[in-house]
This record gives sequence, structure tokens and C-alpha cells, in this order.
Amino acid sequence: MAPILMSTDYKYGFVTNIESEVFPKGLSEETIRAISARKEEPEFLLKFRLKAFHKWQEMEEPTWPNVDYPPINYQEMSYYAEPKGKPKLESLDQVDPEILRTFEKLGIPLEEQKRLTNVAVDIVFDSVSLGTTFQKTLQEAGVVLCSMSEAVKKYPELVEKYLGTVVPIGDNFFAALNSAVFSDGSFVYVPKGVKCPIELSTYFRINEKETGQFERTLILAEEGSFVSYLEGCTAPAYNTNQLHAAVVELIAMDRSEIKYSTVQNWYAGDPKTGKGGIYNFVTKRGLAHTEAKISWTQVEVGAAITWKYPSCILKGDRSVGEFYSVALTNGKMQADTGTKMIHIGEGTKSTILSKGIAADESHNSYRGLVKMIPKAKHARNYTQCDSMLVGNRCSANTFPYIEAGNCTATIEHEASTSRMNEEQIFYLQTRGISKEDAISLIVNGFCKDVIKELPLEFAQEAQKLLSLKLENSVG
Amino acid sequence: MLEIIDLSASVKGSPILNGLNLIIRKGKVHVLMGPNGAGKSTLANILAGHPAYEVTGGEVWFKGQNLLELEPEERACLGLFMSFQYPIEIPGVTNRQFLEDAMKALGKQGNIEKSMEALKIRKEFLDRSINEGFSGGEKKRNEILQMSLFQPDLAILDETDSGLDIDAMRIVAEGVNAMRTPENALLLITHYQRLLDYISPDYIHVMREGRIIQTGGAELAAILEEKGYA
Repeated sequence: MAPILMSTDYKYGFVTNIESEVFPKGLSEETIRAISARKEEPEFLLKFRLKAFHKWQEMEEPTWPNVDYPPINYQEMSYYAEPKGKPKLESLDQVDPEILRTFEKLGIPLEEQKRLTNVAVDIVFDSVSLGTTFQKTLQEAGVVLCSMSEAVKKYPELVEKYLGTVVPIGDNFFAALNSAVFSDGSFVYVPKGVKCPIELSTYFRINEKETGQFERTLILAEEGSFVSYLEGCTAPAYNTNQLHAAVVELIAMDRSEIKYSTVQNWYAGDPKTGKGGIYNFVTKRGLAHTEAKISWTQVEVGAAITWKYPSCILKGDRSVGEFYSVALTNGKMQADTGTKMIHIGEGTKSTILSKGIAADESHNSYRGLVKMIPKAKHARNYTQCDSMLVGNRCSANTFPYIEAGNCTATIEHEASTSRMNEEQIFYLQTRGISKEDAISLIVNGFCKDVIKELPLEFAQEAQKLLSLKLENSVG
Repeated sequence: MLEIIDLSASVKGSPILNGLNLIIRKGKVHVLMGPNGAGKSTLANILAGHPAYEVTGGEVWFKGQNLLELEPEERACLGLFMSFQYPIEIPGVTNRQFLEDAMKALGKQGNIEKSMEALKIRKEFLDRSINEGFSGGEKKRNEILQMSLFQPDLAILDETDSGLDIDAMRIVAEGVNAMRTPENALLLITHYQRLLDYISPDYIHVMREGRIIQTGGAELAAILEEKGYA
């Protein structure tokens, strides 16, 4: 293997120079009261936050993930940042043109998207949601897509009823922290029997240097409804670490379906020194009622450290959970990611398909739990975990946990490890295929079963992203 | 068509080719023979552009171009093909996609299924991953299939005959003979006389210690068979 060169430049590593209002560093009850007051929140939410904060104070940061990082000083970061001159959320025209230019750099020309694609976009820039396109189409269908702050004002009873019901405030260290300080995020409501006419999409970007991003997303699909939601994430390249501790809760009522897709390309730190990059410590979980279906698809190619297990609680009989994942690590990235499928209802079914790609000096672990309680008769799970190693200084691990509580359960687990090497690329090159196309062919061949689960317009982008990331990691 | 002048090369610092000279002519079948470790496969890999080999001296001209300056894919597009001694497995990439992409890259058109039929390759082949789980014979037939689809000006077959049973050998030989035209050239690298029962060569070159030590006509093979490379 030739020495591994600098990874492809992180093209999202720019900072937008806009004035923003950042809270002083540090976390205390006062910080939380200040966030809540700034957001003009109702009493129940302040209580929710404070309760979470007190839980968090008693909790310890988890040490079981297969990742390694220096202790985080939670008093050394700021918990809230918002662009100054925050627009009211009626029209994008009122958004700071500098921010809009950022989105163009990111390759999401909103105006064009509105016209050409069938995607409604909600954008969270640092802590504040900036506006949602396509509102009219959604309104006609009765679908709500708005920022969490707006939802708190417009639909307080729904927020109060469901917030924290799938991921309880004391669920884990980072979820408790998020529950205490979450700044904004998205809220989706799909009424009974409605098939959401367009893909919903959120774009997250961390811009401030020492601000943690704690977004909170809640998606509620009423009986017999369908919604497909996609989130994308990028951040500027700073040489300090930034914390991203999000919580996503999905609730799928009887016979409804939620499809949640993520393309995560946070700044991963310097590929040589490992300096900087996002700590992506995220809790995502969905609750499926009778015959409902929840499907997670993730393409994770960024962040210095990823700690993330999008999960399904299959509570209703015959409910279905799916997890399709591609996690690519290069440079000095570390990922410990996977899923939990908790089978509670009878005849519940889950599928796990995980593809891990480790390059350079990175560490890539799959960690998954399949649990079937005694009452989950005839529950079924199929798990396939494949790892691909690029070079010989990286590592890939698989940690499957299986708990079968009854003898009618069927659980299948398959795993494989392969290696992408110079010889494969050379072979394809001798058949006229360029090196870049060869890498792309191999990687996408490895990941195709996951990529095909992404909404069409994002599948291509994800494929490009994967091959770009590996271009300099292969001999 | 191909002219190798005083070529020297090494891998990981140890010299393998030591001033090799060879001319391959249009419309001819050249056979390269020689004992193990003579540098036959090294030569094939260098011609195809393998990055692990370092050329330390000499020149290679192919169709009027300096071959050593070109990337492997550029060499392929120029009309050079190498059949691998050990074809590589690539899981997840189907033969169908691979062949279609390669033909597009090479600017070739052809009927994949028809060529498969001629080589007695089953239809399921197209949906399988490249060489994954293939038997030795299947892998070699896949190489010949590619050769017949890509229609190269110069095909280098690196021990395509080794590890084949007699039926597979006959099929491979038919495939090779089918693409002989007055415009194409072939360089067969082999240990054995066996393949030459099916493909009649124009020239035989004997290689030893990184250079060509003897060149002759078809009759040379029989002599070598009898006397060895001494």
C-alpha cells in the first residue's frame, strides 16, 4: 500500500460570517431557564428540561462504546446560539442572505429545490430553524412540518403528550442532556390516513465554534398514514471538538409507516492528527403500534466519533422494524453504531442490514441488540453485518447481542468481513475503468442493498459521497 | 505493434527484469515460456501497468505510444488486454454491471449473452459478483469472455491454461482462436506444451533471469518439451 495521503478536502468546512447571539459557556439551572425563557416556552417544557437536567447531573457518561476520547468539559461549551436578526418564519426572503449563500455552497439551492424537486426542507442552522419550504403543499394535505420551537407554540398539547415518551428523559446520559438543553429541531405530524405527498427533509448545520448542537425531533404518524423524512448534516472544520447530541423520537400509530433517512457528513477532524471534528452522540428511537412499520436508513460518513443506535420498539402485534446502515470511517474516525430491535408484540418482524467500511486508521464497530420478550410469539429477525476494510491499519468489530425470550422466535444472523485492495482496483483499471470509477464501483457494490433504501434523489448523492471519501485511502 | 527495449524492473527493491527485449507483431501469436521465477508474470503485469512494479530502465512502445507513461485504464483503452493468472474476486459488483461499465469505458459494443454462449457460460453468471466463489475454470473462462468482448489489439494471457481440465482448455483455446485476426496479436505465457496442441504459435520466446534468451518458431516448443530450459 502506498502511504495514505490527506483525505479528500472536506468541502463543507467553511464558516459563515454572520453575527450570532451565543449564550455564555457553561451549564446550570440558570442556563436552562434562560433557554426556556428566550424561547418563550410554556411551563411544562421548563419542568421537562429541569427534570432532565437533574437526572443528567446524577448520571455518568457511558464508557462501554468502543471509542476513545478525552473527557468532555460540559462547562466549557455554549448551549445556545442563534443568528442575530432572527427572521419570523414566514418567508425565506427575510433570511440573512449570508446564510442563504451558505446553503448554496452546501449544494442546496432552496429556490431551485422548491421548483425542481419534490422535497420540503426545514433547515436548522446552529440552534434555530430557519424556514420551511413547500408549506402550501403540506398544508393542503394536512401535514405539519415545522421547527420544534414553533410546534411548542402552535401544538403544545401534542408536544406535551408525546415528547419524551419514546426516549424518556433519563434514558441515557446524552439523551438526558439533550432533554435539558435542546434548542430546536423538527416536528412532523401526519394526520390519520394521509400519505404525505412529498419527501420531508431537514438540513442541520453547526456554524458556531464552541456551541453544542442539541436538536430534538418528534415525528408522529397517525393511524394508516405514511411519511418519509430525510436529514442531512454538515459542519465547518474547526480544530476543536463540537458536541452534537440529538434526540429523535418516532411514533407510528396503527398501520402507519415512517421512513427515516439520514445522510450524515459532519466534519470528521483532521485525517492525520485527528484534531477537531464533531462528536455525534445521538439517540434515535421509534415506537411502532399494531401493524405499523418503522424504517431507519442511515449513511454515516462524517463525525470524529459516532455513537448512535437508531432503534425500534415493536410494541404492536405484527409491527415491522427495519435498519439499513452504511457507516464509513476514514482518517482517525471512530464509529460505534448499530440498532436495537425490541420485539414486544406477537408476529413482529425486524430486518437489520449493516455495512461498515473502515479505512486509514479508523475504528468501525457494529453494535446491535435483538430482544424478543416472552410474549412476542413468532417474532422474527434477520440480521446481516458486513465489514469492509481498506488498508491494514483500520479495524472493524461486530458486537451482536441476542436475547430470545420465547421458543417460537426466529433469529438469523450473518456476518462477513472483506477487504478492498489495490488488486481489485487494478483489475478494474485494466478493463478500462478509471481508478475513481473502480473505487466507486466496489464501494457501491458493497453498499447497494442499503443505498437502494434511500429516497431516489439522495441515493446518488450518497453514492458520490462514499466514493469521494475513499479516493485517497486506497493505495 | 509492441516493442520492448532493454526493459529493467524491480519489485520491492529486488530486480526481476534485466534488460529485456521483445517485439510483438501484428497478426501473430507469440508464446513466452520459461522456468518459474524467470519474470514472465512480472512482464505481463508491467505491461498492464501494475503499480507494485517499478520500471528502472528501458522503453515500451505500443501502437506508437510510450506505454509506460499511461495509466492502466488508458492502456486498456488503447487496446491492451491482460488475462490474469489469478483473476480477482470483487464481492457485491455483478458481472453484468462490470462488463457493461468496462465496455462503455472501452467504447466497445457487443452481445454479452452471445459471447457467453460460445464459452458455455451459464446465464446466472451475469448476476453473480465478479469471480466470487468461481471455480478456477470459471474464472479463466470469465477472462476469455472479457477478451472476446473487448476485442483488444494485443491480448496477454498469463498462464490462462494452468489449472484447467481438458474440456475447459479446449473451450478456452477455441475462444482464443476465434479472436485471431490479421490485425490482432497475442502473447501467451505458459509453462506447458499442452496449450500449444490447440493454439499454433508463430513465435516462441524463452525467458530466463529477466531476459529473453532464445527466440524461435513453433518447433522450439517441442525441443523445450524434450530437453527442458537448460
